[in-house]
Amino acid sequence: MTAVLPTLDLDPFDPEVLRDPLPAQAALRDAGPLVRLPRYDTWAIARYAEVHAALTDWQSFESSAGVGLTNFRTGTPWRPPSLLLEADPPHHDAPRAVLAKVLGPRALRKLRADWLADAEALVDEVLPGGTVELDAVPALAAAFPLRVFPDAVGLAREGREHLLPYGDHAFNAFGPTDNALVLAGNASMPEHAGWVARQCEREVLAPAGFGADIWAAADRGELTHAQAPLVVRSLLTAGVDTTVHGIGAVLHALAVTPGAWQLLRERPELVRVAFDEAVRWESPVQAFFRTTVRDVPVGDAVVPAGEKVLVVFAAANRDPRRWADPDAFDLTRDPSGHVGFGMGIHQCVGQHVARLEAESLLTALLARVTSLELAGDPVRHLNNTLRSWESLPVRLVC
Amino acid sequence: MTTAARSTVRVAAKERVADGVVALTLVDPDGARLPDWTPGSHVDLVLPTGDTRQYSLCGDRWDAFAYRVAVLREPAGRGGSAWVHDELAVGDLVGLGGPRNQFRLVPAPRYLFLAGGIGITPLLPMVDAARRLGADWRLVHGGRSRASMAFLDELDDPRVTVWPQDELGLLPLGDLLTGLDDGTRVYCCGPAPLLDAVEAVCPPGLLRTERFVAREQGAPVRDEPFTVVLDRTGAEVVVTPEVSVLEAVRAAGADVLSSCRQGTCGTCETTVLAGDPDHRDSVLDEAERAAGDCLLVCVSRSRGDRLVLDL
Ligand code: FES
Repeated sequence: MTAVLPTLDLDPFDPEVLRDPLPAQAALRDAGPLVRLPRYDTWAIARYAEVHAALTDWQSFESSAGVGLTNFRTGTPWRPPSLLLEADPPHHDAPRAVLAKVLGPRALRKLRADWLADAEALVDEVLPGGTVELDAVPALAAAFPLRVFPDAVGLAREGREHLLPYGDHAFNAFGPTDNALVLAGNASMPEHAGWVARQCEREVLAPAGFGADIWAAADRGELTHAQAPLVVRSLLTAGVDTTVHGIGAVLHALAVTPGAWQLLRERPELVRVAFDEAVRWESPVQAFFRTTVRDVPVGDAVVPAGEKVLVVFAAANRDPRRWADPDAFDLTRDPSGHVGFGMGIHQCVGQHVARLEAESLLTALLARVTSLELAGDPVRHLNNTLRSWESLPVRLVC
Repeated sequence: MTTAARSTVRVAAKERVADGVVALTLVDPDGARLPDWTPGSHVDLVLPTGDTRQYSLCGDRWDAFAYRVAVLREPAGRGGSAWVHDELAVGDLVGLGGPRNQFRLVPAPRYLFLAGGIGITPLLPMVDAARRLGADWRLVHGGRSRASMAFLDELDDPRVTVWPQDELGLLPLGDLLTGLDDGTRVYCCGPAPLLDAVEAVCPPGLLRTERFVAREQGAPVRDEPFTVVLDRTGAEVVVTPEVSVLEAVRAAGADVLSSCRQGTCGTCETTVLAGDPDHRDSVLDEAERAAGDCLLVCVSRSRGDRLVLDL
């Protein structure tokens, strides 16, 4: 190889980068198709074409060595690895098949009418009439998923407050283990993780719901009974924070983009496009690592076998090589093909759930709210993997 | 980035692998990755005769760029296998549906694989998976004669028993299937008499079988243009063989989301109000296909000349 490999002295987990990752992501894209990041002795891929290729090529980029910075071949995972996110074929096959069915678009048809009614009820509660100012994160983005998803899984009412901090820590833990965000979460983790583990047991789950469906698959032999609770755990880890932040992202985008709310009111059939465009624009899940199983060519260079590679979904979703005017939130574009849910065999198995939650809430809001705008400065919540809002003050005119 | 309708594959190789059996290597016409699959999957091949035939994938899924299927010439068959043997040539294009899996390998500590003749095909990738999973496994491969049995050269392993009927008689099912412990899963694929015999002896909770029954087909698959009606706007659009329904309806103004464009993720699912879908996806199961009320528009098409979608 004669080409000099681009090397960047940047820390993707630095608090300032987490607060505003866009300059670092642009620098990674511009540096080349493959970039060396010596700070953590790792590599990064940030251009759309190479990100898409790496995500679909599970044969070269494995997940079972962990999709965070810790290499499970040499280091210890903080919890038993996920049977989905942190597994490769053939181990990945059965859990994925079961969960894809449980959360499939056909299964969700049954929930559609109920979730829209739930969204209308929530909107009626927070909008008594006239103009309202509120923090859209707790009042809407968190309230709606927490209202419908735990019930759909079949969780007990007690203790649901553990869900968000558990998920937040799990996504922080993909970063460096000595990072301040991880250290801050470690102390309360046994309590959250203990509650989550107990909710995965069949006796605790409601007799109907996603959780019961997973156990029923185990009774049919499609999973082992030892696998069932870990598959339920995946729902609880990856199914709450991500949708909260996805809904926060679309509400923020609609509040700050002139004309977007009016266009959506005129053309409510665009609500699904609006959510996917927000997932592209914001990338609630910013990046995951993969590990090379052999020497893998990327661009003109080669990643040696056994190396951790940061695959930056967020950078790919704003790559000007793929998207016209990528920094614009644009309801008239087709966001299809974004990698905000990943791509390939590990693509977010709950994506249809997330879309249905967002569609339900937006539809209910559009029916009542004539304008949506910021009512103050939004504040970021920092996480090593997620991009999200701590608070989003908005004014809703009814 | 190619957005062409991904429902065609090219025959890259055709090779005789046993008496009356040819193996086909199928690739994407543009050299792209093919949709991912799991052991036990089959594809639908849509032949130029209009016939659709199901074949188990029997290649290596660690090669994302090629599918392998093996086709037995069936004298009593409906002509599809004869056409593959006699007419199909390297370089030809055939329509593709799937892959779909109705014969999944479930997790178990022990497997007994029973193959009858060409029934070895779905079991080959299962044997590979069992090896990688570190499970206990055994394969008993029966056939009329060694010369009629495909892939014997790939099965050089002490856990494989080759059982040609002309040398050893019928498979000793009584011996093989008694005294199995509860952790064993038995996977059997082969001719109907073998499956019937196995079902008669094997404890039902342990057994998984695959039977290819000719599907009741509506109108034959066609490659002529058809019309899609967008019910909400009343727009009509003609879908020619070169474009997908997704591309056609988007061009007609429908804001349909998609993601994988391979029929695997489910994002583009669209409600069908009237018409006879030609399902080519990997998402819907048999019951969902039979219901005929939804379509994965990135790959699936129409059997009739009119399809009404809820768009
Ligand atoms: S876009 Fe994935 S199934 Fe059609």
